[in-house]
Amino acid sequence: MTAASAAEWIVSALIVIGAGLALVGSWGLVRLPSLMERLHGPTKASTLGLGAILIGSAAWFHLVRGVWTSHELLVSVFLFMTAPISANMIAKVHLHRLRAREASEPAGPAGAPAVPPGGADWATHEAPHEGTPGDFVGD
Amino acid sequence: MIEGALTFGFGALGLALVMNLWRLFKGPGVADRILALDTMVINVIGIIVLTGIAQNSGTSFEAALLLAMVGFVGTVAYAKFLLRGDIIE
Repeated sequence: MTAASAAEWIVSALIVIGAGLALVGSWGLVRLPSLMERLHGPTKASTLGLGAILIGSAAWFHLVRGVWTSHELLVSVFLFMTAPISANMIAKVHLHRLRAREASEPAGPAGAPAVPPGGADWATHEAPHEGTPGDFVGD
Repeated sequence: MIEGALTFGFGALGLALVMNLWRLFKGPGVADRILALDTMVINVIGIIVLTGIAQNSGTSFEAALLLAMVGFVGTVAYAKFLLRGDIIE
């Protein structure tokens, strides 16, 4: 087995693993019953799958073609930084709409989300109420 | 070897996009649709990267990087609009 074919094996395995993980993530998006569970599939499996595909691409261009590019690194760093933020925003939207009675979800094992103290809302960025941690009155 | 892996990758990502489209049309909530769009952007980035390998060209990575940025900004803009009724306050 020559070096090029070994590199091809590695790249092929990474592509197959990555595409399979992305497929599993999207299947979770279809399959799971409530939004908080559906958030898990794409944000974890798909991001991991795309990471594997990007590593495979970097290995392909580095090992087979002999050029080093930093684009894959940039894309993966950017994705790994932004995926938790967007998932957090989507969860906030869901909590906000649940509280505003604009959405409903099937009763899960965790039950309804806990009510935040002081009549505030977890989701919106209203000013902190007096007495809650982070209010600016007593600081 | 690499051709078979690329064919499998394109097929799996295309099937994933069809699943995301199903969730995008089915809903049931707005948050589900935002999540489906976000996942579609991630899968399309994967397809662009695989296209770059298949065509042996490094020019498609700028498209992948731009799509990663635009997809994130779009998701956050949707979420901010639903949370606050405004995007830039």
